[in-house]
Order: sequence, then structure tokens, then C-alpha cells
Amino acid sequence: MQQTYEPIIGLEVHAELLTRSKMFCGCEVVDSITAKPNRFICPVCTGQPGALPVLNKKAVELAVKVGLALECEIHTESIFARKNYFYPDLPKGYQISQYDQPLATDGKLLIETESGVKEIRIRRVHLEEDTGKLSHADAHSFIDYNRSGVPLLEIVTEPDLRSPDEAKAYATALHAILRYLDVNSGDMEKGVIRFEANVSVRKMGSDQLNARTEIKNLNSFRSLAQGIEYEIARQTEIYSRGGVVEQETVGFNESTGKTYSQRGKEEAHDYRYFPEPDLPPLVLDADWIESIRATLPELPDAKTKRFISDFGLTPLDARFLTSDLSLADYFERVASHSKSPAKSVHSWIAGEFMRYINESGIKIDDVTLLPESFAKLIDMVTDKTIGGNSAKVVLSEMLQHGGYPAQIVQEKGLAQVSDESFIQEAVTKVLNDNPSEVEKYLAGKETLLQWFVGQVARSTKGKADPSVTRELLVKELEERRR
Amino acid sequence: MELHELNIQETHGLLSSRKISSEELTRAYLERIQRLDPQVKSYVTVSGDVALEQAKKADERIKSGEGLTPLTGIPYSAKDSISTRGVNTTCSSRILENYKPFYDSTAIKKLNSASSVLLGKNNMDEFGMGSSTENSGFFTTRNPWNFDHVPGGSSGGSAAAVAAGLAPFTLGEDTGGSVRHPASFCGVTGLKTTYGRVSRYGLIPLVSSFDTIGPMARSAYDVALVLEAIAGHDPKDSTSRIEPVQSYSESLKKAESLRGLRIGIPKEYFVEGLDKDVDASVRAAIKQVESLGAEVMEVSLPHTQYAIPVYYLILFAEASSNLAKYDGVRFGMSERKTGDLMDVYLKTREAGFGAETKRRIMLGTFALSAGYYDAYYLKAQKVRALIRQDFQKAFETCDALITPVAPTTAFRIGEKISNPLDMYLSDVFVVAVNLAGIPAMSVPCGFSNGLPIGVQVMGPHLSEETLLRIGHLYQMQTDWHTKHPPL
Repeated sequence: MQQTYEPIIGLEVHAELLTRSKMFCGCEVVDSITAKPNRFICPVCTGQPGALPVLNKKAVELAVKVGLALECEIHTESIFARKNYFYPDLPKGYQISQYDQPLATDGKLLIETESGVKEIRIRRVHLEEDTGKLSHADAHSFIDYNRSGVPLLEIVTEPDLRSPDEAKAYATALHAILRYLDVNSGDMEKGVIRFEANVSVRKMGSDQLNARTEIKNLNSFRSLAQGIEYEIARQTEIYSRGGVVEQETVGFNESTGKTYSQRGKEEAHDYRYFPEPDLPPLVLDADWIESIRATLPELPDAKTKRFISDFGLTPLDARFLTSDLSLADYFERVASHSKSPAKSVHSWIAGEFMRYINESGIKIDDVTLLPESFAKLIDMVTDKTIGGNSAKVVLSEMLQHGGYPAQIVQEKGLAQVSDESFIQEAVTKVLNDNPSEVEKYLAGKETLLQWFVGQVARSTKGKADPSVTRELLVKELEERRR
Repeated sequence: MELHELNIQETHGLLSSRKISSEELTRAYLERIQRLDPQVKSYVTVSGDVALEQAKKADERIKSGEGLTPLTGIPYSAKDSISTRGVNTTCSSRILENYKPFYDSTAIKKLNSASSVLLGKNNMDEFGMGSSTENSGFFTTRNPWNFDHVPGGSSGGSAAAVAAGLAPFTLGEDTGGSVRHPASFCGVTGLKTTYGRVSRYGLIPLVSSFDTIGPMARSAYDVALVLEAIAGHDPKDSTSRIEPVQSYSESLKKAESLRGLRIGIPKEYFVEGLDKDVDASVRAAIKQVESLGAEVMEVSLPHTQYAIPVYYLILFAEASSNLAKYDGVRFGMSERKTGDLMDVYLKTREAGFGAETKRRIMLGTFALSAGYYDAYYLKAQKVRALIRQDFQKAFETCDALITPVAPTTAFRIGEKISNPLDMYLSDVFVVAVNLAGIPAMSVPCGFSNGLPIGVQVMGPHLSEETLLRIGHLYQMQTDWHTKHPPL
């Protein structure tokens, strides 16, 4: 039933830009969750009569960076416009944004989908200012203008996305690019990136565009996918029973996972855009744009390709590492200090290291473990100085309390021993202690060999070299067969 | 001569030679305001305490003899749309009746740094919307030459204050004639500056792309002194001009004749409906300018007839947006006793704005609406470009243009208030200047039935020096600007 409908999805992403001061005044940009309300405000960002905006050049520079990274055309002349509407978090009664002449247009972003790489066209990238923040308690409403005037970048796609997964893949890829460019903190939980999705469905094979709904307040990748999923199902259900979907704006409720109607077509805002007379046209020097282009860092796609060719990683492994700039950087630093194959470095980082990151909630940037020490530890496994299980113990110790691998190995007595007489003693003891298992083995249950190896490892506290152990076990067991 | 009849230069002479203190001067003005303003009604707020405090500081500065400027210790007033820290700034609107800005506009800051003395804030048409001060949310200012007549507008309180000797100079604001029109009606000298020459930071906007702060005083020379003090680039105003400010008063001191200057007379400004006394006085002024050595020629500004509709359309549109912030949430009037957010908006704006303001907000909201934008706002901007080109073309052959300021002398209070269109038409000669962003000055040039007549001198961008020179040399030969109303 559902297969007969196809969703058409476009995304609008709002990303706060990492500038020191606000978009149109000198007020400091602060963490709007922890900062005391209304401490970082002035006549401009609270819309006092007579105050005037002055454009923050840094915000323009960061916006140009994003435009270039998304392969947009950067316009050497763009226009700020007033978007007029009434709301208490909007102190001037209009938001300064860009409308018919945005900073950048016609870009693209490649995403990974089930059926391969897909190009998502970027319609426009423009600058605007954030609003204040409303909160409600005890029948009162409170407004915090600390966030008012923080620079925002709006990035709008063409309706090229066809599933919640594609939307999520796009959002994730864009998030990575913003982090790579260091233009946004990437802290989703602080609301520095917000999504709006335009969703419509149509009969498969049709080229008609049906009424779409605009989903607001999507503040995480999960909400984004959930909200779109829900809307697709809702609209499909309406069409399948012969109904008509109304064009409207809907909100997304994170706790129910459902969307709810906010305003219909009739109540849609007419924003009465017109050019902002307080700001002259934004004219950019072509040389300046080129000088910014020259500072662009290596972007996720390029890094993935390099990881594949330089380190011999699989595309999947490489993409996992490059999805997060901090992770990619950390991997690269460990790999550069390590003599082990990059594949081993990858498996340590993707495995134990990420498990620690996910469980502890610590950010990769805040990890104190030196890449050199991590590399040394991996090399100790490679050259069999220690066993894998011991290495996990050492890694955990280093991540939590610091220290050097050789020192910890020594302190904890974890060095791997390949001395045959030491291992032989343990092998003999294990076989002597487990006569019934020896009998079963000799009767043909050879899979028990691994169990014996494990017992030897346990009795030597992981110090016995497993390959020597295995060799001696087989020899001794064969001797007992006779 | 009495203190209030002296010009800035003469008053500065008394102060710097310590024949009078700034405090004595300020008290004399405050006393005169107290005595006469109940009839003239030019002030919305008299800031006596602030004035005396500033005067004392000025006196210390004069005593020390350091950093004196021609404006040190000189009292002044400002149109009530110019933000003054801690002093009510109402735009003559109920919605801002008790609004005290917590910052000074750049122009006021500059006068503070010269140690000028703020006497108070002048009445105006609400948010600058009108040509008579009858649209003030508080009261109508009277023309000091005849209390039955309007002072012009929208800076009517400012012009009346200077004419009545209630301030030696004042800061007016001109969006579509608001300095020149009342200057003409009240017989004072008023300069509409080049757009961006004086910072708009702190000027409560009516039309952001037209608004200009400009001095009003008793002579072109006084206007030059004030302009020097307040003009200049301001990093806080992205539309302000970066060109350095000329030393206007120095240039006036050296000026001797207008030889080599080419003056254009745009024929579209001498049309039917122009009062015959106004026509005669303006033509006489042109003759006078010619006798000073200028070459006079007829020119054409062919798109003049479109200036009024284009001006008002852009005004409605921008004003509707600029006035959105008066929503009862952060400052000014707030009707929030009952109801929800929408009630706060509706009740506050219903109670706070006057009829003309509401009319213009509605017209502007309509003109910017989806589906109408191209037909109104965009088309107006295109015609505006044509009007600007008219001036550019005229200034290829002339250095300045001379026209009347208004078709008539000051009309009677109540005469036009019930007919907004008629009122809009009294701006017919002044609004094109704002569409082009060029400077223009109103200079007293005669009387008709005891009411003053003004002549308008327009010039290309940043030609203030030329305009002041024409005005100054004209005033060296005439005495219209030295007349005082019998109060």
C-alpha cells in the first residue's frame, strides 16, 4: 500500500555561526542555556527606537566559507531584507534576513544512501539574525534577548530528498561540514542547529507536486527522521482513503513523536519582505572570496578518499572516521605515531575507544589520552608485548587516569610471556585439573581447544602468548592421546 | 538687543569673554520658555535640571579655557524623535509618552562633547507624519508669527522654538520636508542635510532611507556652526557617509560673491497653485542671488509630478515596518491588564497611535503585501530612480537649484487636518529632495500678511558648503532672517 506513494522532502537548516559578537551589534555571543538572561544585550539587539544594525564581517566570512564548501555560487552583491511579523521574541517587529538576493545559491551536497551516492541540490545559503528565547512559567512569559541577534545561516535544499533516512544522511553530512569548517559548535542539544522539513507525498511515477506541510521545531537528527516519517505516513493515509492534504505548518512533539497543526494556509504569515534600508547592499570583493576559498580545510569527502588511499581503509571504515572531524583528527594522530597497520588503529578507535566515548559522554576533543600513548599501546599488541585483553585494561586505565602504557603494563604485571617453560607449567596444570574435558577432547571434541587456551590465559592473568599456548596445548594433548 | 535675539556667534562672544555665564544664559532661556511656551507650545519636554547641570559643566570648561567650541555653553533643543539619554523622547506619540531612552543619539553625543546645553524636546507631528504638528499626540504648536496658524511640520515645534526665541538653535529632522517646511512657515533657516551626512544612530526612524537630522537656527552661519559639530561618519550607522566634514563656517567667513556659480530654476516648481506673494518673494530672492554674481538658468525636472505619490508610498511601506516595534512588550505604552498576547498588541497600538499614524501603517502594510509589492513598492522605487536621475542631470549644468519651499505661507490651524490629501500636497516642493538624498536649505525671503516665506536652495550630494554660502551671502544683504515675531 505505502509503496505506491513517494515522499518529496526539502530541508531548511538554521545553523548559529561561531562568531564572538552578534550579527549586527558588539554584544558577546554566549551559551544561551547557561548564561544569565538579558545580560548580553544592547539597544540594537533589543530593538530600542533609533538603534541601527552594523554588519559583523566575521559572520559574512563564515557564511562564505559554507557557501564555498557547498559549491555554491557566491554573489558579490546580496541584499538584506526585513521579514515582518509580530512576536515577543522578535524585538524590532521584523527579522533582518535575506530574501530575493541571498548571499549564495545553486550548490550541492553529496550524501550516502542505500543505493549509493546521491547529489542533493542546495537552493540557497543566506544570513539572518536569531530571535530571543521565550519561556513560560506560573502564567507568565519570560523573554531572554541574549540570543537575539546571534548570526544564523539558513541553508535550503531543493526538494531532492526521498526518505527520512536520506534527510538524516543529508543533515548528518551538513553537520559534519559545519564542524569541519569550524563555523558552528555542532552542539545539537544546545539548539545551535535546527531543522525545518517540507514534506509532501505523491503517487509513485507522478510528476505532480501536492500540497506540502512544513514541519517546525525539529532539533535533533532523530526528531528530523521521526517527524518526516510521521508526516509521510499521515499524508499517505489521507490520500489512500481519498482525502486531500491541506498545506499547513505543523509542529513536532518530541515526546509523542507526532506532528500537530500550527497554522493553516489561511493563517499563513505574509512577511511583507522589503530591502532593509538600514543596511547598504552587501558587496563582496571577488579576491576576498578567493582568499577565503584558499583557507578551506579538507572536507569530509576528500578526507574519506584520502583515508582509503593512504591508510588502506575500507570506504565504510573511512566514512565512519570522517563523519566527525574530531574523531578523524584523533585517528590520524594515533595512526601517525603507530607502526601498526592502520586497520588495527581503526579497530581500536572504532571499538574500545568509541565505547568509552559513548559510555562516558566525554567529547573526543576533551580526551586527555595522548595519541602517542594510544599508538604505543596498539604497537605493544601488534608486537605481542601484551595480549588484547590486557591492552583493553591498559586503555581503560589511561583514558580514565592517564599514564604511559609501558608503565601501566609493568605496574599491573600484564606483559605477555612467550617463555615456553612458564607456559608449559600452566598448560600442564590446566590439563591435569580438567580430566573430563581432556577426555572429551581426545574423544573428538576438538573445539574445546579454545576453551583450554582461555583457561591458560586466565591462570596466567593474560600474560601467556596465546599462539605459544595453543602450540603447547596441542603437543601435550597429542602426547596424552598415546 | 535681548539675549534671545542674539545669534550663536554673538552669544558665543558673550560667553567666551565671560560677560555672561552659560548658567545665566540657560536660566534666561528657561524663564522665557516658562513664560511664553504655554502659548507657543513648542516643547513637549523641558529638561531644566539637565540643562542647568550641563550649563554648569560648560561654565567650568569656559573658565578653564580649554577645548572651547563655538557651541560650548550654548543652549539648544531637539526634535522629540532624537534620542536623549534619560530625557523623555516621545516622537509626540502617546505610545512613547513616558519613554526615556537609555542611550544618546550620536548627534546629541556630539553636542554633549561640545558642552552644549539641552533645554528640552520639541513637539512634532506623531513620528514625523504631518506638515503642521496637528498630528502630535499631545497638542498643536502655534506659529509664533500668528497663533491661529500652524508652524508647519513635522519639525514644527523646533522651528517655532527658534522663531520665538525659545532656543538659539535646534536639531530638526527631515524625512520629506520636515525641516524646510516649518523653517519656511516660521521664518528661520533650516538645512536638510545630505542623506548620511549626520548619523541617524538614535534618531527614531520614520522612513529609514529618507530620514536626516538637520540644524535649524537664525542664520545660515549658525546652521554652519551646528552642522560642523554634528556631521560626520559614524561606525554605528552603516548608511552614514565616510567623506570628511568640511569647515563650513571658515568657508563662509571667506565667501565674498557667488561669481561662477550656476543656479538652475526648475520650471516644474513654478506652477499653478503657487501663492502669488510666495512666487514674487522667491523670484526676488533669485534676482538677489543673481546680483551676487551667480548665473541663473531655467532647468527641467520632468518627473517632479510623481514625487508626492512615490514619496508617500515608500513612506507608508517603511513606516509600517519601523513602527512594528511599538507592541507594548518592551517599552512605552503597554495595555496588558487583560487578555492574551494579541490583545496586548491590539489594545496598545489602538490606544497609542493617532489616526494619521494608523492610516499610514495600514496603507504601508497593504503596499508591501504579497501580490501588491511589485505594483506599489517596487514601482515606486523605480520611479524614485527616475527622480534621482532628474537631479543628476540638472546638476550636470548647475551647482544649485532654487525653488519655493511651500506653495503657500502657513495655513490656519484646522484648515487641512480633515483633508489628508490636501495636507500631503503642501509637501509638493520638498519631498523630491528626500527621494534623491540631496541637501536643501530653507532661507527666509519675505512675508505675506505677516507670515514668513522661505526660499529653497538644493544642491548635489554633499554640497552643503555651496548651499550655506548662497544662504549666507544672501543673508548678508537681506534682513528677513533677523525679524522676530512680536511676543
